[in-house]
Amino acid sequence: MTLDVARIRKDFPILDRRVRGGQPLAYLDSANTSQKPRQVIDALTEFYERHNANIHRANHELGEEATEAYEGARIKAAQFIGAADETEVIFTKNISEGINLVAYSMGNARGGRFRLGPGDEIVITEMEHHSNIVPWQMLCERTGATLRWFKVTGWDGQLDLSATGELINERTKLVALVHQSNVLGTVNPVREIADAAHAVGALVLVDAAQSVPHMPVDVAGLGADFLGFTGHKLCGPTGIGVLWGRRELLEEMPPFLGGGEMIETVWMERSTYAPPPHKFEAGTMPIAQAVGLGVAMDYLNEVGRDAIHAHEQQLLARALTQLAGIEGVRIMGPLTPANRGAAISFEVDGVHPHDVGQVLDEHGIAVRAGHHCAWPLHRALGVQASTRASFYLYNTLDEVDALAAGIREAQRFFAVA
Amino acid sequence: MQLESLYQEIILDHYRRPHHKGLREPYDAEVRHVNPTCGDEVTLRVALKDAGAEPAVADISYDALGCSISQASVSVMSELIIGKPVSEALATCGEFVALMQSRGEAEPDEDVLGDAIAFAGVSKYPARIKCALLGWMAWKDATAQAMRDEE
Repeated sequence: MTLDVARIRKDFPILDRRVRGGQPLAYLDSANTSQKPRQVIDALTEFYERHNANIHRANHELGEEATEAYEGARIKAAQFIGAADETEVIFTKNISEGINLVAYSMGNARGGRFRLGPGDEIVITEMEHHSNIVPWQMLCERTGATLRWFKVTGWDGQLDLSATGELINERTKLVALVHQSNVLGTVNPVREIADAAHAVGALVLVDAAQSVPHMPVDVAGLGADFLGFTGHKLCGPTGIGVLWGRRELLEEMPPFLGGGEMIETVWMERSTYAPPPHKFEAGTMPIAQAVGLGVAMDYLNEVGRDAIHAHEQQLLARALTQLAGIEGVRIMGPLTPANRGAAISFEVDGVHPHDVGQVLDEHGIAVRAGHHCAWPLHRALGVQASTRASFYLYNTLDEVDALAAGIREAQRFFAVA
Repeated sequence: MQLESLYQEIILDHYRRPHHKGLREPYDAEVRHVNPTCGDEVTLRVALKDAGAEPAVADISYDALGCSISQASVSVMSELIIGKPVSEALATCGEFVALMQSRGEAEPDEDVLGDAIAFAGVSKYPARIKCALLGWMAWKDATAQAMRDEE
């Protein structure tokens, strides 16, 4: 299955833009946020123009349409990740909120498998995004539990699994890890770690923000108990994300936010809660955004997720070869496309990432510079900051070449080559 | 091509050969400032001295990691401010902050800002303003601490 990139680019109006005084845009920052196809943009407009109403609580035709569209998006999301049932899909603002939802719900538990206290351990990894570090630090502060982590092996960007037996033990309550690193591109052996966690009765939460948009992902295959991703990295709108959790866990887990729609009955003294997923969706949700996310998933399914993955692998192979061929450029993470996604972070000797990014921007090439919300990982590799180029279905081999030329230009400008 | 207007020769010179870099004794206050979006950091020391009616900046030294803009800016700032009375240095700092917030519209006053006028182009790039201000904000903070300790 191949992908017609010229046809796909026609679906993304923003790719026609000129930037910085007439340069064509080469958007290589999709790991940060992806661009949106016309189909998604139109779906938002159509929802607001034709169907806008609140969901689950409006006794009129528009309310029925809005509810059907919103719940339809939930079904699409469930199918997109191979969930058994759409009631396992909770809509959130983004994956940060999804992870916080689990962390706060665990902190609210007074008993049962979610209760945490001194002596209990939560295990994460050194290559996590801040959104999969800070909520757990905060939970450990609140409960007295201990935070532990897998280290990375070095610039090859792998988790040091030699510590698995020691790290994952009978005290472990939860293991939270990233499926695909937003910095290194590394695709982690989630299944292997999940099996170790389950063997000691621990739960597994997977941050799939960087994998779900780019490859077929199956929650059961990964061995996840919770899995989160965000809509805006997957051609969908901002303000909408998904937290999937196994049904029995969502039933047992206490709620996070209280408010409208998440209740069953309310008295002045106490309340009982709605069954999941509504138990975790307090207040009016981002309805149009959920509908837009559903359309984005339709779009990616139509293009073909295997085809998208294959296309990105081509871009990645070219980029790895090109960048490795530039003297003074050091790539963080695996140097070959196997078990690797199409986000490439690198250092350029003698040129700070901000300055690399500035020169690239001047040529219309959009990348990200900094620590990419993964400061501990950068520290572990002895890197203050890096430049990251990330690719998606609408990128071309020519853009990869433009990136390499832009890096050489930055070296020339700062007189290091 | 706008790159040359952003990266003026003065900036590149200070980046390659920073002035007053390396932490020195004696000092009255030391601060560490970080730009959390990119991880740029500066550790900066200030020494004050009595100069007639009011204190003056006796010395500034620093250790810093970061982009050309942030490195050149702290170098230019040190060169400009060392020796000035604190009140005048604060006014210079205020002038530089105003220049950074000018979106490229302001006409910088070379009499006040000296080499720091080279950063005028930075104000057109909102993402880089924090880089240019990192050293200045660290100096202002360190000076406030040194003044408090004196009292």
